[in-house]
This record gives sequence, C-alpha cells and structure tokens, in this order.
Amino acid sequence: MSLSMIDGKILSNEAISSDCYSMMISVSDIASLAVPGQFVNIYVNNESKLLPRPISICEVDAYKGTIRLVYRAVGAGTKELSSYLEGTVIKLLGPLGNGYELLNGKKAMLIGGGIGIPPLLELAKRLDADKSVVLGFRDEIFLADEFKDYADVYIASEDGKTGVKGNVIDAIREYKLDAEVIYACGPTPMLRAIKEYGLSNNMIVQLSLEERMACGIGACLACVCKTANVDDHSFVNNSRVCKDGPVFRAEEVVL
Amino acid sequence: MNLSVDFCGVSFKNPITVASGTFGSGAEYSEFVDLNKLGAVTTKGVANKPWAGNDTPRVCETYGGMLNAVGLQNPGIDVFIKRDIPFLKQFDTGIIVNVCGHSEEEYIDVVERLSDQDVDILEINVSCPNVKEGGIAFGQKPDALNHITKEIKKHTNKPVVMKLSPNVTDIVEMAKAAEEAGADGLSLINTITGMKIDVDRRNFVLANKTGGLSGPAIHPVAVRMVYQVANSVSIPILGMGGVMNAYDALELMLAGATMVSVGTANFVNPFATVEIIEGIKEYMERNNIDDINSLIGAVK
Repeated sequence: MSLSMIDGKILSNEAISSDCYSMMISVSDIASLAVPGQFVNIYVNNESKLLPRPISICEVDAYKGTIRLVYRAVGAGTKELSSYLEGTVIKLLGPLGNGYELLNGKKAMLIGGGIGIPPLLELAKRLDADKSVVLGFRDEIFLADEFKDYADVYIASEDGKTGVKGNVIDAIREYKLDAEVIYACGPTPMLRAIKEYGLSNNMIVQLSLEERMACGIGACLACVCKTANVDDHSFVNNSRVCKDGPVFRAEEVVL
Repeated sequence: MNLSVDFCGVSFKNPITVASGTFGSGAEYSEFVDLNKLGAVTTKGVANKPWAGNDTPRVCETYGGMLNAVGLQNPGIDVFIKRDIPFLKQFDTGIIVNVCGHSEEEYIDVVERLSDQDVDILEINVSCPNVKEGGIAFGQKPDALNHITKEIKKHTNKPVVMKLSPNVTDIVEMAKAAEEAGADGLSLINTITGMKIDVDRRNFVLANKTGGLSGPAIHPVAVRMVYQVANSVSIPILGMGGVMNAYDALELMLAGATMVSVGTANFVNPFATVEIIEGIKEYMERNNIDDINSLIGAVK
C-alpha cells in the first residue's frame, strides 16, 4: 500500500492551439517522482464520466512541485478538463508507468507526432546527449518552439505549411539526421515506421505507446499491446501498456 | 456490530468482494487497498489454458458507464495456482475463483484442478458476452445452464456459484435452472451487452464491436434482478452491477443479496472497496443495526 490518489490544484489551463491545452498543476507528490515518459490518471469532477484520463507528463518542476500536462480536448472527458479554471482541485494518480531509459552520452533523436509530442519536452530537458528533435504535425503547430532551448528542432507537416511536407521519416531523410538512440511517441502508424527505420539502421529505439485504458495500473487488461515474446503476466504475448509500458523497446512490441 | 455473513456455507468477515475482471488477482490493487479488509477477492476469470483475449480497443466510456470487451485474457490455471493463489493466501481474505471456458470439458478441467486448492468458492462464468464460443451459450438457455451446473457439481466439492447473465428474457427461469441443478449460490448480474459507434470515424469504438456495459448506469437493473431472483430461489446471491458506494451495495443487500461485488468503481476510485465497507459500518451505526444479516432481503 504505497500509492494513493492525490489532490492537485490547477494553476493554469490555457489553449495553445485550436484543440490543445496546457495545464499546470500543483501536486508535489507526483512532481517529486515523475520521470520523462510517465503519465498520470486524472479523475474528472463528474460522476457520469467514470474512467480516469491517462495523460502524459509534459514537464516536471520538482522544486516548485508542479507538473505540466499538454492534452488534446477531443472526447467528453478532456473537453470537460479544458473547461476547468485556475484554482480547481482535481484528483490524480501517479506517476504511472515506466518512462524512457535515458541513455546519456549517446547521440539521440527525439521524435514526436501530434499529441505524442508533449512527453518529449521533459525528456529533451533531462537527456544529457547530443540530440535533435523531429516533430510531426497534421497542420497546426504547437509546443515546437519550446524545444529550441534544448536541441535543434526539425518539423514535418502533412499540409507542408511548416517544415518538410510529409511525415517525420521524410524530415529525417530530408535533413539527413542520424542518431544512436531514438526516443519516440505518437500515433501507431508513425511508431511502426520509426521502428522499421530505426532497427534497420541499428539504432536503439524506445517507443511510447498509446491505448485506451480503464484502471491505469495493470489490473483490467484493457490496454494491451502485442509483444514479440511471451509476457510475464498472462503468458500470451500481450503486454500492458499502462503497467509494463508505456515505453517499450521497439523490438519488444508488434505494431 | 456484526458484518460477517455466511455465503454458500463459507463465513466471510464482511459482505464486500470485487467483481471478476476488475481487480486482477489482487496484486495491482494491493498497492492501494489493504486486502485484509475485504470479505473476499474474486479473481479474474481463469481458463484451463492461457487466453489472449480480444483485439484492442477493449474498453470505452459511456454515459454513466463503460463498455468492455477484454475477452477474458488470463494466464491459465497452471500460473494461477502457482502464482495467484499463493499471493492471495498471504492475506486474511476469502478467495472466490472465477472460472471460464469455451466448452464443458474446459470448465471441468479448471474446476478439477481447483478442487484440492485452498480457495473458498468457485464462481462459474457462463455469462461473458465478449467471448464468441461457449461461455454465454451456457448462460442464456435454462437447459444448457442446468446441464453445465450439474456436470460441474459432479467434479468438485467446493461450493459452486453460477454467474448469471442479464441478457436473457427471464432471469428467474435461469436462476431456478441453476438451483435445480445443485448450484450453491448465484451471482448476478454480469454486464449488459452494448455497443458504441464513433460518429466522426463512422466505425465501432470497440474492436469486438459489442462489449459489456457496467457501471452505475446498470445498477437499477441489478437491483431489480437480484430482488426477483431472491424472491424465487432459496440459494444465496452475490449481487453486483454498478455499485459505486455503500448505499448502492446496501440496496442490493436489501433486495436480497448476501454479498456484494464492487466492479467498475475500482477503476473510478481504487479505494472504492474499503470506502464502501466503512460506509456500511457508518450506516449501521447511524441506524442502530447490530447485524448486517438483518438487512439481507429486508425489503419485501
């Protein structure tokens, strides 16, 4: 019995694009523990919306006791979350899951797609290595400027209005980027392409996966992903994204 | 104040357990909850071999509820006996093992393997709506339910509780069929089959298309069915369906349940079980009720 649900106080909650929001929460118990790639469960203050929202941690300030979440308001729960004003108290559980393994000193490429970008910001801050950041967007750009303090930033957009027209792999090829380690988070088709690209170039590839969750702690077996080897929970080649992940080595997962 | 109840000839320190599949085998929730406080842990359904379950997405939220189509992913009885039973035996709590299968032979295989294990009750899942073959086939026809219950009873000396599906025309007919076959108790209700469509993507939300609806949205259905069954059979009932708080649990007991399972509420609040037990104690104190057994089926 070491975990508990914690009250967090919203310090700010503002739109940073047409549907993405940045929320700063004062919650020192989580801030003191969180590492890049972990997530929190947020319990919205509405009894008709039952399930916690798993949201990745974008930034951590252990000294101030704050965490920052950048989330997209797409469903009923995240839309409700986007309406919460400064001062609102919400229940949180976390930090949950396993974050990225920081391979300091190894040349790194941080690759994010869409709402998979936020957890890479804290990683960019903490990772002590020569690094480049590659970000893929459909159209609207968000958060990209904030990476510039930590690394060179390369952008791909599907509409071609910013950076390379196409996806993150197109940007990597266009700018002839190279690395020993890839740290990635984004939609599954992107992760699939990065896995193939990284492994065929003998890179170490860490992927953060997303899946619909219920409990967030490994009990309900909702958020599984297919794995190359037999898992050690159910012994059926299914790992739990929430508990065994969300970050996996690319060779471990079947995408 | 007495919170202990007798269910199928087994004594439990209080009437609160968890709904199968919402609590694993207790290991994950033991980080939050002192399992010693629970009347029993009801484990995730276990089959004779590992089951991989359905494709994802396996869950989605609905208004006041959720749909799941996990498809009974489980490690199989060998791992369950080697890993999960010893884990639970560290705690002073009852063990109710949920058993699933695709066929009569598979159910019997599991039941036989459990017969010499130190567990209290076998809850037979003949009502999972998310597994295509078997399972629910036994739970929707009185004759099939009667037959499988008799066969299972022949192969074990443990108390057998049949878990009933609400996806039937007449729950009382099903309850009577299980009772006639020798079931020691009944648990109800399993989830109600539902579906959610993503209007923007114009596709099903769940990979399985359909899923089982749980959560507070189904609680009134559970109260009604527990009441109907309690007034039609003489074997005891483990009631469940959308219990979120102590009052929801007490409603099922007043309707006729001897024990109550907490399911979806565990996802909403990992501490739900212990908070419900505390809430029941407060209710009894406030109303000068000495023995919880006086509440079972008290509303006629």
